[in-house]
Amino acid sequence: MTSVMGTKMLRKEDPALLIGENKFIDDIHAPGELWMGMVRSTMGHAKILSIDTSEAEAMPGVTAVYTGAQLADMGLWLAPLPCAWPVTEDMVNPPHNPVCVEEAKHVGDIVAVVLCNDRYGAADAAEKVIVDYDPLPAVGSLEAAVANEVMAHSDLETNKAFHWPLIPDPEGTEKAFAEAAHTVKAKFIQQRMIPSPMEPRGCLAIPSPAGGEVTFYSATQVPHILKVMIAATTGIAESKIRVIAPSVGGGFGGKLNVDPDAILSVTLANHLGVPVRWTEARTEAAGSSHQGRGQIQHMEVAADENGKISSVRVHIDADMGAYMMLITPGVPLLGSFLYTGVYDIPNLAFTCDGYFTNMTPTDAYRGAGRPEASYAIERIMDMLAGEVGITPEEIRARNYINGGEAFENHEAASTLIFDSGHYRPAHDKALEMVKLADLRAEQARRREAGEAKQLGMGMCSYVEICGLAPSRALGGLNYGAGGWEHATVRLLPTGKVEVVSGSTPHGQGHETAWSMIIADKMGVDPNDVEVLHSDTAKSPLGLDTYGSRSLAVGGVAIAMAADKVVEKAKLIAAHQFEAAPEDVQFEAGAFSVAGSPSKSVHIQELGFAAFAAHDLPDGMEPNLQEQVSFDPPNFAFPFGTHVAVVEIDTETGGVELIDYVAVDDCGHQVNPMIVEGQLHGGIVQGVAQALFEEAVYDEDGNISNPSFMDYLVPSAMEVPSMQLDFTVTPSTTNPLGVKGAGEAGTIGSAAAVMNAVCDALSPYGVTDMDMPATPKRIWEAINSNGGAA
Amino acid sequence: MIPAAFDYTVAESAEHAIQLLGEYGDESKLLAGGHSLIPMMKYRLATPTQLIDVGRLSDLSYINQSNGHVAIGAMTKHKELENSSVLAEACPMLAHVASLVGGPAVRHRGTLGGTLAHADSASDLPAAVLALGGTIVAQGPNGQREIAATDFFKSYFESALEPDEMIVEVRVPANTGGWNYQKFNRRAQDWAIVGVAVADGGKGVALVNMGSTPIRASATEAALASGASAADAAAMAADGTEPPEDLNADAAYRTHLAQVLTKRALEAAS
Repeated sequence: MTSVMGTKMLRKEDPALLIGENKFIDDIHAPGELWMGMVRSTMGHAKILSIDTSEAEAMPGVTAVYTGAQLADMGLWLAPLPCAWPVTEDMVNPPHNPVCVEEAKHVGDIVAVVLCNDRYGAADAAEKVIVDYDPLPAVGSLEAAVANEVMAHSDLETNKAFHWPLIPDPEGTEKAFAEAAHTVKAKFIQQRMIPSPMEPRGCLAIPSPAGGEVTFYSATQVPHILKVMIAATTGIAESKIRVIAPSVGGGFGGKLNVDPDAILSVTLANHLGVPVRWTEARTEAAGSSHQGRGQIQHMEVAADENGKISSVRVHIDADMGAYMMLITPGVPLLGSFLYTGVYDIPNLAFTCDGYFTNMTPTDAYRGAGRPEASYAIERIMDMLAGEVGITPEEIRARNYINGGEAFENHEAASTLIFDSGHYRPAHDKALEMVKLADLRAEQARRREAGEAKQLGMGMCSYVEICGLAPSRALGGLNYGAGGWEHATVRLLPTGKVEVVSGSTPHGQGHETAWSMIIADKMGVDPNDVEVLHSDTAKSPLGLDTYGSRSLAVGGVAIAMAADKVVEKAKLIAAHQFEAAPEDVQFEAGAFSVAGSPSKSVHIQELGFAAFAAHDLPDGMEPNLQEQVSFDPPNFAFPFGTHVAVVEIDTETGGVELIDYVAVDDCGHQVNPMIVEGQLHGGIVQGVAQALFEEAVYDEDGNISNPSFMDYLVPSAMEVPSMQLDFTVTPSTTNPLGVKGAGEAGTIGSAAAVMNAVCDALSPYGVTDMDMPATPKRIWEAINSNGGAA
Repeated sequence: MIPAAFDYTVAESAEHAIQLLGEYGDESKLLAGGHSLIPMMKYRLATPTQLIDVGRLSDLSYINQSNGHVAIGAMTKHKELENSSVLAEACPMLAHVASLVGGPAVRHRGTLGGTLAHADSASDLPAAVLALGGTIVAQGPNGQREIAATDFFKSYFESALEPDEMIVEVRVPANTGGWNYQKFNRRAQDWAIVGVAVADGGKGVALVNMGSTPIRASATEAALASGASAADAAAMAADGTEPPEDLNADAAYRTHLAQVLTKRALEAAS
């Protein structure tokens, strides 16, 4: 039997998705359900003087209207919304109530909640709630927060929430910079991004008033984490909470939180004894779902005369937004270990200050901390190349870990151990595929001819940390949970295989990938495998999907559980053969005894034997069901080289991405089609940050572009057909040798695109540009240098 | 994203629609393709309490050539303009501009009459009709009247239509000279940050998103008429305009874009 893993098997999930059979949160209804309509602050920062709910209460279908003060009195919850990652002992964490009580802290902060028997009625009634605000000075930018003249929280004396250092060798840093032949310093801005999954967030809480139980449906990435957090926040016993994530239409990190709507729907459903639901409107999302990025990076490198880097020193100011959400403060720190990139840089000094602003809270967004880090190091590599007077590819070649040759267990300056890497093949392949020499010649020709449309090429060699995570490492970072994943594999009486997955898909294709792993491990048809997931009643243990962890942690747990099933089945086979277990072979699903061809049984035939238990080896428990909680010994570190080619219309400032090459290495691949899909989407999300997307706020904390008319998510029309290729360097962290691929594209692409933009504009004296590189910014950059090429 | 409450009536004919407009007055709005009106209602920027659906009036969907012009029914969809063999012959510019409106979903629903009545200065087709020197045929309770495109656009989302009138036909001259349309935007489906329509070898030059309405670049037209080069005429493209400012562009950048795009359009159209 040939291996299923490594083939481009079509996704088992797709037929149901394509014919619309799947049920998303908005397709699920409960009799008697009430819709929540959120009255959201229209002010960035304001004292709430009074709230008049009388007109809203009189609207048709309205059951109740609650203000924050009323809800506080009702005592429906034990604690404010949780932050599971207090990064320092003294981190400031102002209470984040589901509905704010005295002060609204950002546009979108919930001020009151309407309950109505109809969604449209709830929206109408929410409009009729009259809130009298006393506007307070607002912190409408990270710069304003750092300036500390206006406070985002009136009762705090500073906007700074924490200071987090990672400086393993301070003297080494001082020495490196003192002795450097070249130093380059740059300030990079990571603009705020709106995660924008195709399906907005939504939830439905169904109580059973007599039993005190609640079934909570949520468009979430994290049903298991949500269950624990709802229990901890509301005081409802965990055993009485069942969380179900139905089909979920994407997340990109945007659905891994414990949001006000979750706590409100659960507690109000219990309080009123009826189902309570909410679906986010798209423009509402700008204030109701967390955003990503929001950092200012002060980046410095020290290098010798040849461009060999001796130290990286970086300070980050990070925008928390108005409140700490589940892992808000930890996101910038996830990047801290990567500011030395793919390079053999012996010294790193990293500090991060977190600041409150009067904007939507930030939290994880595809890549979470790592795209920021790879952007900073890969942009400054190009600047250093310019300083040293060598090409971008040469500066990288001179600095790669182990000279670009294969390595295992490299201890980086951050003290993290990179599991495995082999950077030069991806680098060489990418430059060859993009035909760099030809492009350079064409670029020179166009510059010489003074053509309006100029070319730019940019590369990015990235490494990232995924497979979150070794629980001990997370503990060391003060993260409030572990990083293991749980799996159960059952061989059923009929010979079919049932897999219970703790990691929870929201579009990734877990059912397909897990079936393929089982197919190889157990020698069964992937269509004989059923994967149960996303329901805490079916899958009580799990830590869900984020941080490119599903395969490298959850998939590995599946494989290990399958191995255990095979081991036990082997004992049954040996018993049936009346042979010693060590004489029994297992190949392509069949057990056999060496030298006795008549003695053979397929593992699927043993399902009934284990179930009936008529004739099992003495002392063996019935059934073939094995569980594994896999806690990886280390992270996994995927890498690759991306090259972007842009064409800039120097007369209009227009920029077009005309070619994109990505050579990635995520170790062994289970389904290369899924890997390619992840890369395509991931790359476009990084392109989006480089060229299109930015949540724009004014100084009062109002968002200027909450809709898709002005918040420019790129489509297939804005990107070329990408050229993808791969190298395979197996991970040493797990027995499958796999690394994650979900965020890699995003981590590699923004820097590649911006390096290309700056390359195109270099004749105009442009060395850096803030993202997104809009036509207006490009035109202004060209003209601020006199327009002289 | 949730509109305020409204009622909905399907008009059986243009006359019926006009009668309903008279009955419901200011609170009513004609619904054609809905790709401009419905989003505005979802944002509650428009809150009509009565929608009168004229999108099903198939007798207002046609493209006919006669007497030196092409007559187009108001309910003709962008996709039909894009694919029209009549327009390909007699007015290829209109077919081309229609092919650049939004994405396929928009073009299969949006109508020529609808986009003109919506009078959005950032839309493509109004400027094209303006550059072409088109005529808009409006019907009211007292019959039809013709309005020159140059007199049609009044202000932001405001046209010369009376509250009880609807567009029934649009006429553009057939077989005129060289043309070109330049659309500058960041994403394929977006409105133009600036657009320039050049018709009849430069006799008609109209600008998209350079003011409160689609406008003729009259200084450019006059310069060309008196023999100026394309480059010199294009330098005046933004004269007399008051370009809007938004996240994509300020007035200075829009002015610059209008000049560059006009030069390119004139050169391509000559």
